[in-house]
Amino acid sequence: MRHFLNSLAVLAVTVAGSSAFAQSSSANPWDAADAVYGPDTMRKARERLLEENGRTPFGLFMLDRFEWQDTGGDGTLLWDAQAYYGGDLRKIWMKTEGDYALDEGALEEAEVQLLYSRAISPFFDLQAGIRHDIEPDGLTHLAIGIQGLAPYWFETDTAVFLSEDGDVTARIEAELEWFLTQRLILQPRIEAELSAQTIDDRELGSGLTSLSIGGRLRYEFAREFAPYIGVEHRSSFGGTADFIEAAGGDPSETLGVFGTRIWF
Amino acid sequence: MLNRRHFLTGTAAALTAQSLLPAWAQSGPRGNTGLQRVTNNRFDFTIDHTPISIDGRRAPAVTVNGTLPAPLVRLQEGEDVLLRVENKLDEWSSIHWHGLLVPFEMDGVPGVSFPGIAPRSTFEYRFPLKQAGTYWYHSHSAFQEQLGLYGPLVIDPAGPEAAPYDREFVIVLSDWTFQDPHRIFAELKKMGDSLNYQKRTAGDLIADAREDGLGSALENRAMWGRMRMMPTDIADVNGAQYTYLVNGHGPSDDWTGIFEPGESVRLRIINASAMSIFNVRIPGLPMTVVNVHGLDVRPVTFDEFQIGTAETYDVIVEPQDRAYRLVAASIDSSGQALATLTPRMGETAEAPPLRPRPLLTMKDMGMAGMAGMSGMDASMATPDEPGMQGQGHNLSYPDDQPKDRMKDGMHMGHESPGMTEHDHPMGPAVAATAMNPVSRLDEPGIGLERVPHRTLSYSQLRSRHPNTDRRPAEREIELHLTSNMERYMWSFDGVRFSEVEESIKLYHGERVRMTLVNDTMMPHPIHLHGMFFDLVIPGYEEDEDGERYLPGLHTILVKPGEKLSVEMTPPELGDWAFHCHLLYHMHAGMMQVVSVLPPDERPPLQMVGMGPPAATKPDKDHDAMSHGDHGMTGMGGDQ
Repeated sequence: MRHFLNSLAVLAVTVAGSSAFAQSSSANPWDAADAVYGPDTMRKARERLLEENGRTPFGLFMLDRFEWQDTGGDGTLLWDAQAYYGGDLRKIWMKTEGDYALDEGALEEAEVQLLYSRAISPFFDLQAGIRHDIEPDGLTHLAIGIQGLAPYWFETDTAVFLSEDGDVTARIEAELEWFLTQRLILQPRIEAELSAQTIDDRELGSGLTSLSIGGRLRYEFAREFAPYIGVEHRSSFGGTADFIEAAGGDPSETLGVFGTRIWF
Repeated sequence: MLNRRHFLTGTAAALTAQSLLPAWAQSGPRGNTGLQRVTNNRFDFTIDHTPISIDGRRAPAVTVNGTLPAPLVRLQEGEDVLLRVENKLDEWSSIHWHGLLVPFEMDGVPGVSFPGIAPRSTFEYRFPLKQAGTYWYHSHSAFQEQLGLYGPLVIDPAGPEAAPYDREFVIVLSDWTFQDPHRIFAELKKMGDSLNYQKRTAGDLIADAREDGLGSALENRAMWGRMRMMPTDIADVNGAQYTYLVNGHGPSDDWTGIFEPGESVRLRIINASAMSIFNVRIPGLPMTVVNVHGLDVRPVTFDEFQIGTAETYDVIVEPQDRAYRLVAASIDSSGQALATLTPRMGETAEAPPLRPRPLLTMKDMGMAGMAGMSGMDASMATPDEPGMQGQGHNLSYPDDQPKDRMKDGMHMGHESPGMTEHDHPMGPAVAATAMNPVSRLDEPGIGLERVPHRTLSYSQLRSRHPNTDRRPAEREIELHLTSNMERYMWSFDGVRFSEVEESIKLYHGERVRMTLVNDTMMPHPIHLHGMFFDLVIPGYEEDEDGERYLPGLHTILVKPGEKLSVEMTPPELGDWAFHCHLLYHMHAGMMQVVSVLPPDERPPLQMVGMGPPAATKPDKDHDAMSHGDHGMTGMGGDQ
């Protein structure tokens, strides 16, 4: 929270303070060679130079979790991926996650987020955009969140969602990486889901709805390719747990998983 | 006779590789017997793609006249030279003459001093030679330097040689990668630490806990974790990606120079790498430096020294009747370049194993002497090793320092400045600032703190000739070397080159001081084109003869957490590139332009000011929200 407030303060200060820098002239930043080689030739050369030294865009595709989960029967396939394209400070960001029940041969949950992301501090990005849930109900949400690296190497992603039905939910994720060797890495992961209200259609109570704590042990054959095994414990709480119990389910379960982490 | 390796690997590829090398770089079955002292004043170059072979593995390179390294350009002081460069690539190219005092329009930096050499066109460089010494040249376009476009340049003096020798070799150190440099750059941007295979692991934690106790081992990790930095983050691109070369030869190609015992041999050592800083030694053979960056210096003898990217050191050695191994180890000990100096082909000396990986210290974080952080390796900065006398600071680590001063580690982000002023813009481009930067000119550099023999530091260097301009500087420009390693952003004063709106202004003939503060945790070889600067050595005023002998340099390796000053008298008008010579740092934005203007254009001193140059503005992204008219067009304008 402190970081979030910090970041907002910085944003405010930089926006307010920027007018002092807005008066720079539109003249060339340097132009001695214009007299030798011609202003037009040099202007194009300067553009190429600046493009090359600080402005190079890049893109990432990260399939953080692509795994089979031992949910009973044939189990479940889960994916959790992100991709972005842009510069150091501003990016277009796509996130998707969901799971597919192998017994039923059907998607249980599937969502896609499309976000605009901008840096608000050295380690954090503010992200805003839309989230569409393909399953279970086709709802679309507004999404706003903060993603970044917290002190002590916590990769965090916190987002709040406002559905088209007016329901507010939130999600907090954090991951760590412990290097057992240069290639064998243990990744603890925690994910909490919250809801501001009871949502009957989704069988969610208000408050903390669920918490997942897991550990995944991966081996990086290459940094970009790492199979893993792991275990995850999920608990549901409050009204959400009541929904599950009423349906004859267990609000708390522990699963084995195996999968692959891939990025490029 | 054929040595065993060449016999075994005497495949077509290896032979092709040899025949592709210029004479000075060849090793081959007979070894290399040294340079011919033949100068020329006209060279014809062709830049093209050429397949090369490194340690028997073939790869595509960007070359001059089909060789890696590029041909030796040997010139004579006082002559006018013509270098015709034909670019056969389908992309823009260029050649910059590193360290040469040329008219700015011949300096060869596209977008600064000339347009570049267009695809499939020819450019003629013409300039008079006003200096002598060892230099080098390289492409200043894209990643062509990483791909092989670099070569040595030697200018023989018009008068007698200050340090005579019987035989000479060029030793071009470089770093070769079989990966696409664009891909490496993208990986640094996306997941910079993924290139590091020397991270601290659970095993290191156990070892440290045994040595220092679990509490202090954990505390040390917590401190680094708070800052989101790694003490093993020393070379962004390292031995996991690089094969380190001597004259285009990998360690198993083993470039071999042949000498006669008893000769005095001059080694013109050039660090032509893209991203590597080397610790250089020849076990059993002391080196005496006689020339640094092309300028003669007073001889100093040592056993090992650090050479920053783009630096040149000429050393004289007097080998006995035995073989020696030249070792140039990357400062993070992730790999090393090897070569042989021997009186007889086929005889070599054992290559020493890589040293243990070094770790960064508090001092590297700009917090020199600020507290006794348990678990930190205080001895790294303490001159208690043999051969270390007089090097390193007499640091004390008082225990009575308030501990909470250390709590936040480096100044993170946006808090108010601490002991050193940081009046440059902050924001996402600046992850940390040095609270207490210090002079580190009397230290030999990362990895050399505890070696059991003589090392060289900048503060030991003295020019052979007295300084000609002893006027005190009229003004001072302070520049901070800044970064956000997590986003792989590198800049001066928090402003990437792509966002710079104005160059740094110097005036012809003025005496000006530039102070560099390294707010990052990496050493940066900072290079200023078009002039030499005198390195200000704290505590040194003048010699007993009343003259001053500060060393002149074209590049200065600024250590992490260091603050140092250089003084210069700009000799030539024009725009000159100014940048970190680590290629990927430059591409990330650690570059600026220094404009040398006529003296009558200089505003009154109080307006030129003492602080950072007017060139700086905050990294544009902060003000983008309120000022969309900054020449930015959505996403594309500010990446």
